[in-house]
Amino acid sequence: MIHLTITYPKAAAMLDATQTPLLPARPGVGYKAQHYADIMASPGPLGWLEIHAENYMGDGGRPIAQLRHLAERFPISVHGVGLSIGGEDDLDTDHLARLKHLVGWLNPASFSEHLAWSTHDSHFYNDLLPLPYTTQTLTRVATHINQVQDVVGRQMLLENPSSYLAFAESTMSETDFLRELVARTGCGLLLDVNNVFVSATNLQTSPQAYIDAFPIDAVGEIHLGGHDEDQDETGAPLLIDSHGKAVVDPVWALLDYTLAKSGPKPLLIEWDTDVPDWSVLSAEIARADAALAMVLA
Amino acid sequence: MLDPAAAVPAGIINPDGGQAAKRFDVYRNNVAVSLSDALEAAFPIVRKLVGDQFFRAMAGIYLRKHPPKSPLMMFYGHAMPQFLRRFPPAQTLGYLPDIAAVELALRHAYHAADATPVTPQEFADLAPDALMGVRLRIAPAVQTVASSYPIHAIYRANTSDTAPKPVMQAEAILITRPAFDPELHRINAAAATCIEALKSGQTLGQAMATADDTLDLGQVLGLLLAQSAVTEIY
Amino acid sequence: MSNATKTLVLASAVASALAGLSTTATAQENVKCFGVSLAGANDCAAGPGTTCAGSSKVDYQGNAWTFVPAGTCETMELPAMADGTERMGSLEALDRDLPA
Repeated sequence: MIHLTITYPKAAAMLDATQTPLLPARPGVGYKAQHYADIMASPGPLGWLEIHAENYMGDGGRPIAQLRHLAERFPISVHGVGLSIGGEDDLDTDHLARLKHLVGWLNPASFSEHLAWSTHDSHFYNDLLPLPYTTQTLTRVATHINQVQDVVGRQMLLENPSSYLAFAESTMSETDFLRELVARTGCGLLLDVNNVFVSATNLQTSPQAYIDAFPIDAVGEIHLGGHDEDQDETGAPLLIDSHGKAVVDPVWALLDYTLAKSGPKPLLIEWDTDVPDWSVLSAEIARADAALAMVLA
Repeated sequence: MLDPAAAVPAGIINPDGGQAAKRFDVYRNNVAVSLSDALEAAFPIVRKLVGDQFFRAMAGIYLRKHPPKSPLMMFYGHAMPQFLRRFPPAQTLGYLPDIAAVELALRHAYHAADATPVTPQEFADLAPDALMGVRLRIAPAVQTVASSYPIHAIYRANTSDTAPKPVMQAEAILITRPAFDPELHRINAAAATCIEALKSGQTLGQAMATADDTLDLGQVLGLLLAQSAVTEIY
Repeated sequence: MSNATKTLVLASAVASALAGLSTTATAQENVKCFGVSLAGANDCAAGPGTTCAGSSKVDYQGNAWTFVPAGTCETMELPAMADGTERMGSLEALDRDLPA
């Protein structure tokens, strides 16, 4: 009788805390519990999942059990939305401890947060609010990133925000600000191509020029999502980063432009509001897969 | 950020350098809408009872009076029972604060730590003489809400098409989580007091002494055991 | 009640609890990841643009009709107070709850 030994390298890597699995340069999706069965049954080209850290900071129950189960099958990216890295206040050490705990037991393939603030005077505003780019804010954000990486014990990716307005006091471009943060902290970057398009439209700048100026070598992950269209009081276009629609064609084109410079990267489809059926998300995932295939070809 | 009357901060500009009032409102709006949405997700039965319009207006007041202190939106709204108790437009619905308390307890139970229950055999093995001094560790998901109103019947009437119309009487609710789904059980006030006494570490004898003769201790213990709610006998 | 009596009461309560279990206990399934999930409440999406939720004042006097409960409570017919009496709302008290 022939005995076959089947090994699961990915699962083994997950169990070994000294070895962190990497996010594959394949399409991923923002995980929603209503898609659990669909994802397990028909993942298609789906290569990994992203979760919002804060939703898995309870003590137990189904969310944690589900996440454990998903992590046996897919590399997981932990994406924080509540740390307020860009805030004036000191980081919330309780929240940092919760992040450390989550990243500790899950050993995810990636851990990321936002260049934004959400907490001020101990009030949490549940939105990603912008900050001016100056030497003072640079020092503060770099200190916060170093603190996060020290406590959590691994490199983090920092995501470029979507902007609806500008600050008169800013003295640096966003891309210079991010490049300097990478140099000072060793963090990586999460490049949200939809955010680039939203900000460039809102601030009437060129999205391609932003990508050209972006420290592309530091990119560990790319985000794609849908946005809403509005206007400001002068009639100028005002795009809102709603994550409630399909990715628009100009953003897919900007993705192609980006991938041509960066090479293949882990590519996330974000859909957070008016979340559609799995078939709709599958179509977006297939399109992301095609964009990656085009770079590889 | 939450005060709609506050001026747009200086130095916030449009691409043309003008003041970005409407653009600033995008953020202001995000904050208010996202917190209202979190409250809607947390209190579906309160919302059903008062209607969308009332709930949205009430949420607008609540989120400004009680902005979240923690980034964990799944626990936002913990002050809702106290808020509703003092909210004049809700004064005609005396049961509303207790229904909010039930919804908070359900959410807490959903996210509570997992726990391994004791087997009925461990209970059966106890010597009768030891029972009075025994303490029970209760699973973290277990909670009670006692009310002067028929809260279990009101909850059922708003979650099941076939539930009977509530009649005025005092009711209490026990929430358990035998696996991953929180379950509601109707109990009486004496049972709720007894379970809270057990949770706080009192002995079976002490917990029994908290209640009057409306306590059916056999029923309470049977319910706790059947619902995997006892995690240790000590 | 004497201690001996209490012990007896307790012993019989435990006996009845255990007796009831044999008929009510159900098999517990292990990790059941399917089932109803309460939606996670944090995300990184922005809200619906510049609608008035963030920028309009909460005006109780001007929108009094908004503050009339109009859901399933209308079919409940339960008294406002647990003792059966009605309760009167007060506008002054609400004003104190409004943001400054």
